[in-house]
Amino acid sequence: MTTNGWFQIIVFLLVIFALTKPLGVYMARVFNREKTFLDLLARPLERLVYRLTAVDEAHEMRWTEYAFAMLLFSAVSMILLYVIQRTQQFLPWNPQRFTAVGSDLAFNTAASFTTNTNWQNYSGETTMSYFTQMVGLAYHNFASAAVGIALAIAFIRGIARREKETIGNFWVDMTRTTLWILLPMCIVYSLVLVSQGVVQNLKPYDTVKLVEPQQVQRFGADGKPVLGQDGKPVMDTVTDQTIAQGPVASQEAIKMLGTNGGGFFNANSAHPFENPTPLSNFLQIVSIFLIPAGLTYTLGRMTGSQRHGWAVWGAMAVLFFAGIMTAYWAEARGNPLLHGVDQRAGVRQPGGNMEGKEVRFGIADSTLFATVTTDASCGAINSWHDSYTPLGGMVTLANIMLSEVVFGGVGAGLYGILIYVVLAVFIAGLMVGRTPEYLGKKIEAYDVKMAMLVGLVFPLVILALSAISSVKDFGTSSISNPGPHGLTQILYAFTSMAGNNGSAFGGLNGNTVWYNIAGAMTMLVGRFFMIIPMLAIAGNLARKKYVPASLGTFPVTTPLFSGLLVGVIVIIGALTFFPAVSLGPVLEHLLMQAGKTF
Amino acid sequence: MRKNLITAFLMTIVTTVLLGVIYPLLVTGLARVIFREKADGQLLQANHQIVGSRIIGQPFVGPGYFHSRPSAAGNGYDAANSGGLNLGPTNKKLIDRVAADVATDQADNPNELVPVDLVTTSASGLDPHISPAAADFQVKRIGRVRGVGEEQLRTLIARHTEARQWGFLGEPRVNVLELNLDLDKKSSGK
Repeated sequence: MTTNGWFQIIVFLLVIFALTKPLGVYMARVFNREKTFLDLLARPLERLVYRLTAVDEAHEMRWTEYAFAMLLFSAVSMILLYVIQRTQQFLPWNPQRFTAVGSDLAFNTAASFTTNTNWQNYSGETTMSYFTQMVGLAYHNFASAAVGIALAIAFIRGIARREKETIGNFWVDMTRTTLWILLPMCIVYSLVLVSQGVVQNLKPYDTVKLVEPQQVQRFGADGKPVLGQDGKPVMDTVTDQTIAQGPVASQEAIKMLGTNGGGFFNANSAHPFENPTPLSNFLQIVSIFLIPAGLTYTLGRMTGSQRHGWAVWGAMAVLFFAGIMTAYWAEARGNPLLHGVDQRAGVRQPGGNMEGKEVRFGIADSTLFATVTTDASCGAINSWHDSYTPLGGMVTLANIMLSEVVFGGVGAGLYGILIYVVLAVFIAGLMVGRTPEYLGKKIEAYDVKMAMLVGLVFPLVILALSAISSVKDFGTSSISNPGPHGLTQILYAFTSMAGNNGSAFGGLNGNTVWYNIAGAMTMLVGRFFMIIPMLAIAGNLARKKYVPASLGTFPVTTPLFSGLLVGVIVIIGALTFFPAVSLGPVLEHLLMQAGKTF
Repeated sequence: MRKNLITAFLMTIVTTVLLGVIYPLLVTGLARVIFREKADGQLLQANHQIVGSRIIGQPFVGPGYFHSRPSAAGNGYDAANSGGLNLGPTNKKLIDRVAADVATDQADNPNELVPVDLVTTSASGLDPHISPAAADFQVKRIGRVRGVGEEQLRTLIARHTEARQWGFLGEPRVNVLELNLDLDKKSSGK
């Protein structure tokens, strides 16, 4: 670990801290329909959208209608994405002439992008046309992010409203999210990314002459080297390099800002065309946490308890620090099994475990990216988590297992942590023997049951499907790293999909019928089975009477509350997943220390 | 219910046109006007042909060139097929591959530890950089093969070393393609 590395991490958290309030205030104004500086441009556009889509913006919805509208929109837009992939050979902007995407892969991808997961069983530059990337995939980056933020706002209204039946209008919330927040930010942000070298064009792939032509082995259709008559492998001379291009920056902006994470290219944010400089990298990490951090302030503002918003922020920051410290430490130590290699950090080299990492990012920026992308439900990567040391990789896995509530996905992070808040308040109530209250609302059996439903479905899906995959051939045949690491690969896959993260231990071959179909189901359950109970709580809270705080009320604005919240999150996560994690990364770490390879 | 279904259809169409077509085309147009060279991928010309992108790595394995990092993209540095090898830290394939590369590299620098980035694959398979330490490590070999003084090579490395951005972001690094193009200008022969 280096001083400069820590300095970058501290600067990062300070930037997030500084941006939380201005963005939080702005978002609260947008959803309270107060004046903002963008009204002049956005308001006419908003009216036009409502006219074209037959939306009555004064209409208020009960939680059931809100959920129903959200499900309809998700279903229709998911079908459209499936159709685009299946017909891309007939559509424009396909200079590489890619053919239709296979049906199970197209289904998986459609589910993946609709649920804000962006798990990718395909490689962008060899599968998807520019049309599919722009109109299909990048579009869903906007749509799923707007849905997430709308839901978080609906939940906040549920807390803030008193004796009301309704929690807002889904169409209005998602339209305002798009026109006031996501779209204007992305236009500016994508141009900043281009200034750093992220490409943005619609031209065919370039072919360039290699400076040093290469001799490479020829491989047959069976994947084995072709042998000549003398028994030696046949060599081919490669003189060209084909360079994939595309409208990358416009997709990159919403990919990060909307915590989507689906790369334009297979290498995601490690690709020099997606993330060319340390500055573009820093901005990308900031843009993952930006909106989720702002939403904690919006929560405080809309519920009239600003200190509660900061208490939640504080709990998140504590968990963030625990993650980055462990991951940075583990990766900077390097891999003890490599010999004859200099892994010490110095002024002329980053050192550490550099397998699967880029030189321009080194260890600090790689582990910071990995921690943040799994704290939130982003899932973009700038280094391969599969090649991390066991403990470094465990941090990324554990972050997702804690339901990605450390700032979390846009919207999803906030409503995720509010579920934990309900549980924390409930537990505090049990300890003092009084009916728990949360910001003036009594938390009763119905609310806790719904919160527990969310808390149970998530691990059930992960553990059951991982268990099946690790004993059946159709599951284990996809493993690329044998030993305990293989179990971690499977566990990570289902955790990532259930948590709608989308990052992977990428060695696992996910493009099989089993992983495509089971994975798509996991992603849909992970998204919608979380949202519906959450909206039910919101609807129920909105109906309740306000109870003024009394001496017996457990305050949710103090460091003590932040501590309790962290405790609840860690204990629920640990009790659920420790056995599985101990068989994966923990065991691998111990065996690695003993010098064992697989 | 029916009203929401109709809105779901219309909303999908309207937002697709706005966010899936108008937005990316607007950004493409603006990028083309303001940052044309960057938007096109920073292609480099030499001897009247395009020889690469400034920020996409190329394979170099000859003894007279600065070697780039091992790559898992296609046959190596396939920029239409990016990606990494994803070998785990305890995978024997990783340990054996690194050991073999270390043995080769140490032939020129006996008993010296090899900088780790020189024997590990990058995440993209297209990493355009190596660490300054990895460039230093190759000076002896290149000096011998090309008959160029080591001091001259170190000056060349210094010229192509990029410092941390804004003084603290990222890591110091050497652009291999630009370094080797410059090396070819200074001395022919490989």
